[in-house]
Amino acid sequence: MIGNYVPHGVEYIRILPEILLCIFGILIMVLEAVTAEGQKRMLGVLALVGIVVAFAANLYAYTVPGQAFQNVITIDAFATFFRGLVLVVGLLCVFASLGYLRRQHAESGEYYSLILFSLIGQCILSTANELIMVFIGLEISSIATYVLAGYFRDDRRNNEAALKYFLLGSFATAFLLYGIAWCYGLTGSTNLNEIHRVISDPGLRPPVVLTGIAAALILIGLLFKVSAAPFQIWAPDVYQGAASPVTAFLSAGPKAAAFAVLLRIFMTGFGSLSFRWAPLLWSIALLTMIIGNFAALTQSNVKRLMAYSSIAHAGYILVAITADSQLGIAAVMFYLAAYALMNIGAFVVIGHVAAKNERYVRIEDLAGLAKRQPATAALFALFVFSLIGVPLTGGFFAKFYVFRAALEAHLVWLTVLGLATSAVAAFYYLKIVVAMYMKEPGESMADLAPLSSGTRVAVWAAALGTLILGIFPSVLLPFLSYSASMLGRQ
Amino acid sequence: MNILLLTLFLPLAGFFVLLFLPRQSKSGWPVALIFSLAAFLSSLGLIGPAFSLPAQQSSAVDTMWVTNLNIHFHLAVDGISLWLILLTTLLIPIGIWISDTLIKERHNAFYALLLLFEFGLIGVFSAYDLFVFYVFWEVALVPMYLMVGGWGGARRGYAAVKFFVYTMAGSVMMLTSIIYLATKAGSFDYAQVLAALNSGTVTLSSTEQLWLFLGFLLAFAIKVPIFPLHTWLPITYSEAPAPATFLIAAVMSKMGAYGLIRFCIPLFPNAAHKCADWIAVLAIIGIIYGALLAFVQPNLKRVIAYSSISHLGFIVLGIFTFEQQGADGAVYQMLAHGISTGALFILAGYLEHRRGSMEIADFGGVATPAPGLATAFMIAMLASVGLPMLSNFVGEYLVLQGTAFANFTWAAWAAVGVILSVVYMLWLYQRTFLGKTTSDTVSFRDLGGREWIAIAPLVVMMVWLGTYTQSFMPPVTAATHHLLEQSKMNLEIQVRNTAPHTDVRAQVLPAVAEAGR
Repeated sequence: MIGNYVPHGVEYIRILPEILLCIFGILIMVLEAVTAEGQKRMLGVLALVGIVVAFAANLYAYTVPGQAFQNVITIDAFATFFRGLVLVVGLLCVFASLGYLRRQHAESGEYYSLILFSLIGQCILSTANELIMVFIGLEISSIATYVLAGYFRDDRRNNEAALKYFLLGSFATAFLLYGIAWCYGLTGSTNLNEIHRVISDPGLRPPVVLTGIAAALILIGLLFKVSAAPFQIWAPDVYQGAASPVTAFLSAGPKAAAFAVLLRIFMTGFGSLSFRWAPLLWSIALLTMIIGNFAALTQSNVKRLMAYSSIAHAGYILVAITADSQLGIAAVMFYLAAYALMNIGAFVVIGHVAAKNERYVRIEDLAGLAKRQPATAALFALFVFSLIGVPLTGGFFAKFYVFRAALEAHLVWLTVLGLATSAVAAFYYLKIVVAMYMKEPGESMADLAPLSSGTRVAVWAAALGTLILGIFPSVLLPFLSYSASMLGRQ
Repeated sequence: MNILLLTLFLPLAGFFVLLFLPRQSKSGWPVALIFSLAAFLSSLGLIGPAFSLPAQQSSAVDTMWVTNLNIHFHLAVDGISLWLILLTTLLIPIGIWISDTLIKERHNAFYALLLLFEFGLIGVFSAYDLFVFYVFWEVALVPMYLMVGGWGGARRGYAAVKFFVYTMAGSVMMLTSIIYLATKAGSFDYAQVLAALNSGTVTLSSTEQLWLFLGFLLAFAIKVPIFPLHTWLPITYSEAPAPATFLIAAVMSKMGAYGLIRFCIPLFPNAAHKCADWIAVLAIIGIIYGALLAFVQPNLKRVIAYSSISHLGFIVLGIFTFEQQGADGAVYQMLAHGISTGALFILAGYLEHRRGSMEIADFGGVATPAPGLATAFMIAMLASVGLPMLSNFVGEYLVLQGTAFANFTWAAWAAVGVILSVVYMLWLYQRTFLGKTTSDTVSFRDLGGREWIAIAPLVVMMVWLGTYTQSFMPPVTAATHHLLEQSKMNLEIQVRNTAPHTDVRAQVLPAVAEAGR
């Protein structure tokens, strides 16, 4: 049957974004060879065009929803949302990279094509309906980001980041792959709908313990990717070592895609076993929030601080997953969107202040930013307040939505403890605001360049998005509820 | 255009205008003043509707905000909100007026934050949706944090963070309670939640009620503050720039008290009655403890700060008597305390501006070179200690009367606080203004014309509040009466639903049994 399988035309439309990203990625690599040294910036612009076109294709693909290529991918509202989200993340990061790479005199085509390839992987993850596709998507995304993390080959920290990320990442992927193998052995399929059918059928159901092991192995692989405790060890070193725009990308894109997969596998594939993994997720969510928030308290390096904060945010998202409801799914989606915007915004400003070769990345180096560049400081403060969860920002509504879902699922203690850790979080986030607004400018401010145009676009767009999500969450909510209801129904 | 919306959004509009003014522009001050005065004039329009229907929602706005979660943008004014909004809109222009001399740098940013703060406060005092209330609650916090941290004294960073984290810790627990309550009631709209509880369609077990109550209480108790959650206050008051201290003491502390009377009492009467003894005792401890600490402070601002803790205790005490007089007195005391403490902090700010220090030992004999300043301080001080014919007397008297109905011992202890406050305040006055003029104070300028403009409205209000009570009291009484009725109704419903077969009213709710007697 496979032999004479001919895909239908509409199936190509459904993976049009991936196809387009692929074309643009390869085009950039080809043009790299013939572009003069001073013109490399054009390759970045080409990457921007590629992402915008892919975004349009993503919307177009949603007009013909359904599965494709023998059900290995699914285009539904859920997939469209995540594909759109990772593309927006890519777009903002490319904007931020334009100025960053110019400052480092390191502009090259390969950087941009790597971002596009990584995006392809994340798009595949968002749409995958089949464990093999999950693996392929994860590998495409990860390998590109391993290289990106070590992009500045001469930098010691960059190398450390890349190596750590690569070794631990491969280790986690092995778990995932092993879990997939178990799953195939138990159910005879790697297709999620098929797995769901077998697991829920009393006649065909494999022993619960074995299914549990398979699910746990897959979970470990994915928890690593979202930097949840106890698999979070890599995150601070990698986030600190990688270049700031790359860190922004790592902390938002692959994380969103991994959460998309996590939701799809555990809501669709193992949905009927949810009551069994709920206590496990409960503990992991709590542990992640506690470790992230408390470890961040003692950090003096802004990038490390943000790394721990990003672990904590993964914890909040896990709270919503623990709720195991449609509201919870919608909350995860909203949280990831708000988180991506505020986190990218924050990292872009950090990269800007850090100056050439990232010399200034301690919290004290932010001192006096409000005096030198009030607009930049105000935007950074907005991102910080959003990360804290102050109302009228996307971060607040996201947190509110997550804990709303948690309380509706009667997770009272998780909510109370989670919100208590978020009050702890205010303490370390405010160090940034204190430095910017309440300290006198130091050495780092002496030769601070103005924001480059690309960086400015990225920061303002992220800020605008953060505010819109905070003040008018309704722009997204109906679509999210709809996506969540479709995911639950499969 | 709805007059309440206008009052709310004028400060926000001013905030945005100031945000986009050039940094060195001199027009920030007039622009901020114009917007805040416009908000004040607009808020005067709330009086008419609120007087005609003081117990109900007047000037209401109710539009859907977040459809999926049934969150309404619901604002309205009743007899309590009315005066607190007017207090805010009156004091903010004064705050802007005094900032011109008392703030040294980045003026426009400071005015912008003041207006954003006003936006948050008006929202807090008029929100009729729990979500909206929480949003404004936090919106008011951020500008104040930035004002304390950006323009404060030497330890401003520490003070600002302490202030923020304390408040945040309380408010996240309130958020938990709000979400839980809304999940149960199916709506965030306060009126709907209350109606659901009153009609018995939604019932809370007594454990649930207790925890939800405590969640709200924590947030409010930190904000007021109630002893022992007051530890953020002295450092914040003394480090904050004078206009910010003025506004924290005068208006921001009312947010907590307002929350207690608006939400805690009607929503969770059962739990409130159960905890009333504890809270009243804490309030009395606060009254006496604040007074005793005020005695020993060598710093003028700190004396006023601790005296503020002491006087705020009366408000909390009045609320938890569940008596009409107590509640009326509490609300009246909110206004009176706002005006009199506000005036004291402004005058302290002027003294600091002249002397460059706040240590009482650095002053002495100020009345000779600056008789006007001394007189104004005297009036504000006498109002603050509760001299008859001045503002605070009415509030404290009513609170004590209400307390005496509920529990005479409490009233006796609370009265000790009144006596103490007279002593330490007069002593403070004596050391600062009387006695020998020192070489440092001999050249003190008296209050100038601009300074009188800031103080005069407050002096007028202190006398007006103290002498012609009837121009303020009727809507307050109507509104508090309505609140207490709701609370009582809710209480009976909950008792009936939670324990239908046994008569627990007398044992669980001594206060109700007493009221019925």
